[in-house]
Amino acid sequence: MASDAAVEISRLNFRYGERAILKGINMRIPRGSIVAIMGQSGCGKTTLLRLIGGQLKPTEGDLSVEGHDMKAITPDALYRLRRQMGMLFQFGALFTDLSVFENVAFQMREHTDLSESLIRDLTLLKLQAVGLRGVRDRMPGALSGGMARRVALARAIALDPMIMMYDEPFTGLDPISMGVIAKLIRDLNSALGTTSIIVTHDVQESLRLVDYVYFVSEGVIVAEGTPEEIRSSNLPYVHQFVWGEMDGPVPFHYPAPSMQDFLAGNSPHSRRSMHA
Amino acid sequence: MNRATLNLWVGVFVVGGFIALLFLAFKVGNFSSGNLGETYSVVAHFDNIGGLKASAPVKSSGVLVGRVVSIQFDTKKYDALVTMRLDKRIPFSTDTMASVLTSGILGEQYVGLETGGEPEMLKDGGEVSHTQGAVVLEKLIGQFFLSKSQEPADATK
Amino acid sequence: MLNKTRQELENVGRMSLDLVSGIGAVFVFLLLTLRYSATSFQRFSLTIREIFFSGVLSLIIILVSGLFVGMVLGLQGYETLQTYGSSESVGVLVALSLTRELGPVVSALLFASRAGSAITAEIGLMKATEQLSAMEMMAINPIARVVGPRFWGGVLSMPILTAMFIGTGVLGGYIIAVLLIGVDSGAFWSQMNAAVDFSHDVVNGLLKSFVFGLAICSIATYQGYAAAPTAEGVSGATTRTVVSSSLAILALDLVLTAFMLKG
Repeated sequence: MASDAAVEISRLNFRYGERAILKGINMRIPRGSIVAIMGQSGCGKTTLLRLIGGQLKPTEGDLSVEGHDMKAITPDALYRLRRQMGMLFQFGALFTDLSVFENVAFQMREHTDLSESLIRDLTLLKLQAVGLRGVRDRMPGALSGGMARRVALARAIALDPMIMMYDEPFTGLDPISMGVIAKLIRDLNSALGTTSIIVTHDVQESLRLVDYVYFVSEGVIVAEGTPEEIRSSNLPYVHQFVWGEMDGPVPFHYPAPSMQDFLAGNSPHSRRSMHA
Repeated sequence: MNRATLNLWVGVFVVGGFIALLFLAFKVGNFSSGNLGETYSVVAHFDNIGGLKASAPVKSSGVLVGRVVSIQFDTKKYDALVTMRLDKRIPFSTDTMASVLTSGILGEQYVGLETGGEPEMLKDGGEVSHTQGAVVLEKLIGQFFLSKSQEPADATK
Repeated sequence: MLNKTRQELENVGRMSLDLVSGIGAVFVFLLLTLRYSATSFQRFSLTIREIFFSGVLSLIIILVSGLFVGMVLGLQGYETLQTYGSSESVGVLVALSLTRELGPVVSALLFASRAGSAITAEIGLMKATEQLSAMEMMAINPIARVVGPRFWGGVLSMPILTAMFIGTGVLGGYIIAVLLIGVDSGAFWSQMNAAVDFSHDVVNGLLKSFVFGLAICSIATYQGYAAAPTAEGVSGATTRTVVSSSLAILALDLVLTAFMLKG
């Protein structure tokens, strides 16, 4: 517990069977900071989040969260630790069979012995914080995507977590909702001192928001730095990613036999279609 | 769905299930007659029980008075030992006759009791000494042919 | 030729292994569910909710099917028994077929396709929309909170539904045989009453349905929990629930019937 890092990762490897997802990740997330993990879809960002949340165990290397070694943690200790963590899932993951109010009150009911009136006040307070006290009686199915994400945020912060994890918080949102979520993340961070980890591929929005950025590509960290450093980076991959260029280290074309071969009928694909 | 409405429906559901069970127990099944109340047990030796099974009815004049509890093989007498439970309110004399009978042509087999003339009554654990086993169809046919084959010999005389 | 035979043998071997490992996986999941079942009973309101969704919502299909099955049995039984001049025994035929076999088996098959598939779809969808992950991240065990109540709600509903199925079936037989055809009402009931043994027939029938309920609910919850978190994954899992529960019901029925007739 001596260090002031909420999350420390060193030389971490993670494999799904034979497939290596993460290779030699080193990361240090100080308490109270907002850190973004960026990269293309399928580069292992979400896996990293799941490792921090203890839903997956590292294959090799060290991973400690709030001083707990996640490789050796017991289920009980993990459950205790998770009460101090909040996670905002990509599409909110609201419980579809519970109303908005019950969704936010869920953890309080499950984990605390608070009185019904206190739960009510706290829940409405959290809903007020995301500006959605007015939809307390709606079912999640009757919410727009942005509203659902905000309710999910209210639910995630219900027990005032020390670490908040955001899995693609901006995906599929209109610019206004995006701005609202970004503001909420920042407010939460400054008001409660919450450590925030944001996994995203939305560059411009997150560069405005965060203290530090890690770039992940194909399971390795290819770049890291403050938003200014990233913006001015000359690394081809980062440049391509930040400015959204079509071609670069990441090619536009998925590997395929050349077009001429295809038209000439030499590729196995075209031959099969001719027989058919 | 409202919590109270939900509870109400589940309550109705459970009560409905209970009513169905009662219906099955008393109207469809013979829960009442299967349960004889207070009973006493008697045993009987049969040379042949045929297809008699445990829990088969014990009847007297066609009225259910008890049930077969168990059927064992007696290795001393080399015959079947049948234990029955009879209704306590219905006493039988010690010279009661027990026979293995069949209800209808293909019906199930049961034990029929016919009380005798002795003034003394069977006690709990007593034995019915006069018994008649099940009629075996093969033997019956055999006897029939035997008597038939003897008849013409008499007639030609 | 030899190669083909070999390949077919390999297929048979793989299918048998899949079957055994599938049964094993369901069984392990059942044990896991039982281990975390305390929540289902300590907070019985969670289970009551699931009894509503599994039991009460299956009532219509169970009652209507029971009525029709009983009516058909009454008609068919009457036609057959009439040739032997014992049409009064139609009550016995209806009641015995329902209590011993048709009641437990048909109501379980209906339950598997009505409630079992719904359980799989619901749990699978909760997985696909990360609700189960979210619960885990909130330090709440989804098996205790989501699977347990659904499992027990279904298991408790099944015998109740079967009892109702048999009850309405007998009434259906009564309607056809007595009210429409004109079999003597007294003979109908008394013969039935004499032939149907409560502990032998009714209790055994309900015992069967309890076992079927266990099988359906463990298969349904397992399939939902193990479903691939996509639309295809959930729909495939739903189909698998109905198919494998139906097979499990019929196979278990054979085993249970053999044991009950012996005992």
